[in-house]
Amino acid sequence: MGFLIAILTLVVAGVVVLVVGAPLLRARRRGEPGGVPGLRPRTDDDGASSSGYSQEDLEAAREAKYREIRDAELDYRTGKLSREDYEAINADLRGEAIEILNRLGPTGPPSEEAEEEGKLADRPDA
Amino acid sequence: MNPARKRTVRLVVALSAAVVLATALIYTSFSAASPALTPSQLVREAQPGRSYELTGTVAKGSVHREGAVLRFAVEDRVGGTAIPLSYTGVVPDPFREGREVIVNVEKQGGRYIGENNSLITKCPSKYKTAPPSENQNS
Amino acid sequence: MAGLGFACLVLALVVCAYGIGASLYGVRSGRVEFSESGRRSVYALAGILTVAMVVLEIAFLGNDFAFNTVADTSSRTTPALYRAAAVWSSQEGSLLLWAWLMSLWSSLALFLTRKRMRDVAAYATAILLGFGGFFVGLMVFYANPFATTHPVPPEGVGLDPLLRFPTMMIHPPMLYSGYTLCTIPFAFGMGALLARRVDADWIKAIRRFAFAAWLFLGIGILLGALWSYSELGWGGYWGWDAVENASLMPWLTGTAFLHSLMIQEKRGMLKVWNVSLVLATGTLAIMGTFLVRSGVLNSIHAFGGHTLGVPFVCLIALMIAGSIYLVVSRRDMLRSQHRLDSLISRESIFLANNLVLVGLCFVIFWGTYFPLISEAFTGQEASVGPPWFDRYTVPLALILVLLSGIGPVIAWRRATLANARRNFLIPLGAALGMLLVLEIGGVTQKPLASAMFCCAAFVFGSIGQEFFRGTRARRAMAGERAPLALLALVRRNRRRYGGYIVHIGIAVLFVGVAASSSFQHASQLGLSPGQSTRVGAYEIRYVRPTATVTPKYDAAHTGSTLNLGAVLDVTKHGRHVATLNPSEGFYASEEASQGTVGSLIGGQPVSHVALDVGLTRNVWTAIEPDIEAPALKRIVTDGNSTLPPEEAVVAIAYLARAYLQHPPQAQFNFLVSPLVMWIWIGGLIVFGGALIALWPAPSTVRRRVAARSRARAVRGLARA
Repeated sequence: MGFLIAILTLVVAGVVVLVVGAPLLRARRRGEPGGVPGLRPRTDDDGASSSGYSQEDLEAAREAKYREIRDAELDYRTGKLSREDYEAINADLRGEAIEILNRLGPTGPPSEEAEEEGKLADRPDA
Repeated sequence: MNPARKRTVRLVVALSAAVVLATALIYTSFSAASPALTPSQLVREAQPGRSYELTGTVAKGSVHREGAVLRFAVEDRVGGTAIPLSYTGVVPDPFREGREVIVNVEKQGGRYIGENNSLITKCPSKYKTAPPSENQNS
Repeated sequence: MAGLGFACLVLALVVCAYGIGASLYGVRSGRVEFSESGRRSVYALAGILTVAMVVLEIAFLGNDFAFNTVADTSSRTTPALYRAAAVWSSQEGSLLLWAWLMSLWSSLALFLTRKRMRDVAAYATAILLGFGGFFVGLMVFYANPFATTHPVPPEGVGLDPLLRFPTMMIHPPMLYSGYTLCTIPFAFGMGALLARRVDADWIKAIRRFAFAAWLFLGIGILLGALWSYSELGWGGYWGWDAVENASLMPWLTGTAFLHSLMIQEKRGMLKVWNVSLVLATGTLAIMGTFLVRSGVLNSIHAFGGHTLGVPFVCLIALMIAGSIYLVVSRRDMLRSQHRLDSLISRESIFLANNLVLVGLCFVIFWGTYFPLISEAFTGQEASVGPPWFDRYTVPLALILVLLSGIGPVIAWRRATLANARRNFLIPLGAALGMLLVLEIGGVTQKPLASAMFCCAAFVFGSIGQEFFRGTRARRAMAGERAPLALLALVRRNRRRYGGYIVHIGIAVLFVGVAASSSFQHASQLGLSPGQSTRVGAYEIRYVRPTATVTPKYDAAHTGSTLNLGAVLDVTKHGRHVATLNPSEGFYASEEASQGTVGSLIGGQPVSHVALDVGLTRNVWTAIEPDIEAPALKRIVTDGNSTLPPEEAVVAIAYLARAYLQHPPQAQFNFLVSPLVMWIWIGGLIVFGGALIALWPAPSTVRRRVAARSRARAVRGLARA
């Protein structure tokens, strides 16, 4: 019985070592000592605003901003906002959205894709 | 008032309200609380008319039911002074001799009356920790 | 096999230590392969602990009494389902369950974030492995679930009959999932502070974890209340017991967090507040775990010696100190980017809601830990009871429900005052209408309950109006028919409308609580067959006694030897309502001192409550048969002295017959409580709403919506 337990323990331990050690072996084989962008060691520079927003942050912020725009429209259509207030808030939000889009990538002249989507936007929700 | 001033005022008002509420809370808790005593402490310190939380073990052979009233005695965990009391109300399932109980009592005259529905019996200790065991082979 | 289990625990400890080191090294040096290895350590931990759990489960199901935990909590006569659940009925087994669930949830969370937030995730990994190592360490050094004794005892003690109920089997895994899920936002919160990144991506990830924790914790709490009501002999669902409170506190801070996180997302505010909330939730969850097993507070659940108290206090102190240090040292990074635009905005309602929730948590915290506080300040340990809790929590709960009715009517950012005033008309009308109905019904003599009903009516009016207007808006935009419009509305605005449904559920739940607390009719008395009593509008008559004897080794049964009960006839205004059959089960004990017959029924009795459930009221009955009656006692003592052990069960049959023929007066407990059902219905509504809010929109819808929004924004730029 003791022998069986020892064998089973070794098996479990072996699997663990394999699972946990795999990345280390892969890195050694590739000969990469360094890191990957996005995982640079953080230097303690300015703490007030996080410099260099990562791609993921910007995309998440963009999603959140789109949601805010839709929420504002729903607020207006369910009678919580007057037209003037809605237009003001909508303009604010759109401006903030542009800021995020700018940081994500340069906005050139509206691309074909964007024009197509612009036409879609004018029609009522499908 | 400029916006910054308004904000400070709001903050001060909110904090003051919180402090007032917290003070009320803390004050009433000290006056509304029932001191937790063991039987030996209760015998020494109990004042008539005040509610106490009595903790101890149900003494063996002390449990009698007379209609709606349950009479039993509570003694110290280590044994010793046993306080008899009469209790009306819900009796929890785990209640029996030797079990640890918590019950709110009030001293009336020379007797102790258990407050209605205040009896709690501790679930028998399933979570007793075994001492570190030497036997780990099979 | 116990050796394998223990070896797994030791291996787990090693893996935790390695994982912490690897993650920290990986994130500091930028060598991603080490962070990766650290993350995989969590997966490995989950695997190892699964093996350990399987070993323990097999021991229980196979009745291997060499294991101490099996011998202490199970027996051959315990039905298989309860044997499987008995694994977590002991201190040691429950620690393993905790660690196992934590490793599983952590693996899932880290898997979901494996491509993002690498540095935050690496720190979070180290912290989660720290928790894992703590609990595994407790098992290895203090409470080993794989401890064995020799020689092997032939039979176990058996599962406490109080636990032989289905709800009691699901309650710990649900509650522990809730507690362990609270450690994940904690770890990611700490990680974000350590990595100096509290941004949009972090918000998105942590919201999901916090939501899951909130959901499971809520279900666990509700299940506990349901078990207390339907199985325990006191007919209540919440007693402000220390352990109940311990699970409620992290749930309250978690709820606050879910709301204030939205403010941070929209306005970049409240970063310090949010981070503090998330750290507090994790700390409260660990404190809750600690409370149940340390015996530090007098409570119905306070089992466990004091051996585990010290390590837990150290862990909690470390968590609190670490949290405070990190928040203070990172406060520059946590500065607000904006301020509230206007006091009349949904953001400020959310802020108010946060204050109330945190206030509630503080009240409960104070009351729960008061024995320790009073001992520290006055030297005398004192405790506060339910009346004190009620006095402060009820008004706060009223305000909370009211806020959940005000919120939907106010817009984000800044509401138009005129519109808001107009939008309040219908909810106010609903509340006033309810007040009128209550006044006519004579219900207003109970002011607090009436206030709650009116607040709930306000909420229903407000949210109903939202659904109506939203559907109307959608129809105007898309020309759909009403039912489809409603569906589409909810589907496209899950967070908002799912949230509304949750708030309706909460209002319904509080209506149930208010009604069943304030308008309950209770009666405790002794009855003999033929006698009846009046409880509220109902007449309950004790028709005749019942007695059943069950053979000891009937594996299909819950194992009680003798069941004594009564048949009760419940009528209202002469009309038959229900026939109820409450009983008390008497179980076997292992105490030889009670005699051969006495020990068959000398174990802990369990009350089997009989309930007539209805939408408008529950009739709850419990019985305490007088098994100590002289005639019955004589049968037991006679049987002890005259019968051989194998025939002791004959005396039990004799006892049953004697009880049927000459039943002594039995003590009854009757409760007629209105609207109890609505508490559970409210809980289900909350659950449904939460699922809707959590459900991720299908990616095609997301892409379409995103494209449209982007186009709109771009057009705005082109026009400007």
